[in-house]
Amino acid sequence: MKFLAKKIKGNSLWSDALRRLLQDPFATWSFVVIILYVVVALLVRAHLIADGWQESIGGSREAPDLSKGVLHWMGLDIFGRSVILKTIQSTYTAMYVGLLSSLIAVPIGVIMGALAGYFGGWVDDLITWFYTTLSNIPEFLLLIAIALAIGKGIDTVVIALGVTSWVGLARLIRAEFMKHKNREYVLSAQALGGGHIRRMVKHIFPNVLHIVIIGFSLRFVTGIKSEVILTYLGLGAEIGKGSSWGLMISDASGELIQGVWWGLTAATVAMFPIVLAFSLFADALRDAIDPKLRT
Amino acid sequence: MFAYIVRRLLYAIPILLGTTFILFLLFNVVPGDPALQLAGKHATPEVIQTIRAELGLDKPWYGQYFDMLRQLATFDFGRSYWTKQKITDMIVAGAGTSFSLGFPAFIISTSISLVIGLFIALYRGTIIDKTIVAFSVAAQSVSLLVYILAGQYLLAYQWGLFPISGYDPGMIERWQYLVLPILIFVFLSVAPELRFYRTIFLDELYQDYVRTARSKGLGTKTVMLRHVLKNAMIPILTNLVISIPFLILGSVLIESFFQIPGLGDLIVKAIANNDRPVLVSMTVLGTFAYIIFNLLSDILYAMVDPRVQLK
Repeated sequence: MKFLAKKIKGNSLWSDALRRLLQDPFATWSFVVIILYVVVALLVRAHLIADGWQESIGGSREAPDLSKGVLHWMGLDIFGRSVILKTIQSTYTAMYVGLLSSLIAVPIGVIMGALAGYFGGWVDDLITWFYTTLSNIPEFLLLIAIALAIGKGIDTVVIALGVTSWVGLARLIRAEFMKHKNREYVLSAQALGGGHIRRMVKHIFPNVLHIVIIGFSLRFVTGIKSEVILTYLGLGAEIGKGSSWGLMISDASGELIQGVWWGLTAATVAMFPIVLAFSLFADALRDAIDPKLRT
Repeated sequence: MFAYIVRRLLYAIPILLGTTFILFLLFNVVPGDPALQLAGKHATPEVIQTIRAELGLDKPWYGQYFDMLRQLATFDFGRSYWTKQKITDMIVAGAGTSFSLGFPAFIISTSISLVIGLFIALYRGTIIDKTIVAFSVAAQSVSLLVYILAGQYLLAYQWGLFPISGYDPGMIERWQYLVLPILIFVFLSVAPELRFYRTIFLDELYQDYVRTARSKGLGTKTVMLRHVLKNAMIPILTNLVISIPFLILGSVLIESFFQIPGLGDLIVKAIANNDRPVLVSMTVLGTFAYIIFNLLSDILYAMVDPRVQLK
């Protein structure tokens, strides 16, 4: 009896998932990297680091020089600004785009999917029609239309990505809510007098939370990567208003031929760990939670 | 089957109306009057009024929405603000160019990813599988733009194997400009595609029919090629059909980078020049193409998979 009680206690979905995640070195390291980038972004936001990134500390475009101090390690850009500080400053932009676009997309996806899956009937028909319609506009064209409607800039990238990228998540959440709404635990909550909201939020939602977290990670990656592309295409960050990895990589399209490789390298090297970390974290979480994939 | 196709066609109508209406709403909240922009700084109110009437901007909103649908139905989108050319001509010219770039790249990258995907699915869990998957995850953590920049710099600028950028519309001359963009296109597509195909093949490998075939004594090769590939073809085919509009639409990034005058480049130039009619017609037409190919893919699915309910 004692043995049995112990075993049941140790087997809740989340404690089990946590144990699996901690056993997976990729997941642990991914989490450390994500925390590190969040801390850097917060420090930039608080003007504690890279605050003087716009100051010129030398002539135009100097190659990396290890002997002149940390600020020269990744060279200087066209205005003589330290590329290291610029890259750190851009980390804030990337995290800002990733976080805000996910914070728009994920709640829309969850609420739409939950309502459609839980209530069914005409609510489901309406929401399904709406997102099928939206997903029938190729994403890039929809981004252009939104940018045309609200103007160009980094916030346009955030809003456009937010309102275009929730459909996939809504589909998944809808299917999960349909599956869960007639399960015994939800029916017993109903028998105890739990209303619709209580059943959706308190009972079903915790059981689909892993999908929400995975969706959040994947959208974060999409946000960071899309910022680069949209900036290059002239829809994103503008020169003179902060800095971003997209601007640094776009600048390189003229610089590389002149032998200026450090701006591109710095932005790419800075972007690689955080994108990789979010992808690996999403994969690890899926493996830890999804019983079908367990071998 | 016929009834199914008719029903699917009817179902596409509300989708088409919905998508065009969403785009119409977005385009009509644009601040600033297109007529003012077109007339220039020193236009008299009469001139502006004439331009408004020419563009149909004096009509009520449903009249303007109907105009947009009529443009789509007649394939006549008026003229570009920037080049003053007929948009229809610009689209036809651009589509051919985009196709020359997209089609070979599509065929090559699909073949490569299918072969590698099948191979690593077969050797799942081995060091080869793990290495290839790890490489493709890592490769996808670098921006597409970096590969394009690095590819151009190394292959065209440093080693001089290809022209740096540009285009020649001649049927034979164009290829010297297209080889490098096609190579980069293939390189960019393989990493995400092979993971997609690997997942599809893995899904099939654990099905009961595979175990049955193996227990009958069939060899790995027969099971893979005769059973697994055939069943996996259903999701693969439908996925391929959906990607066709993107071939015609062009790879926006590669075209604009290498200055290849396809539809992708047309869109990027229109963004830079605030060329509203070109952007409107490209988004509406692109969406229309996407709906059509989605429809085709659904019908194809129903035709090849007997399990799909036609009722």
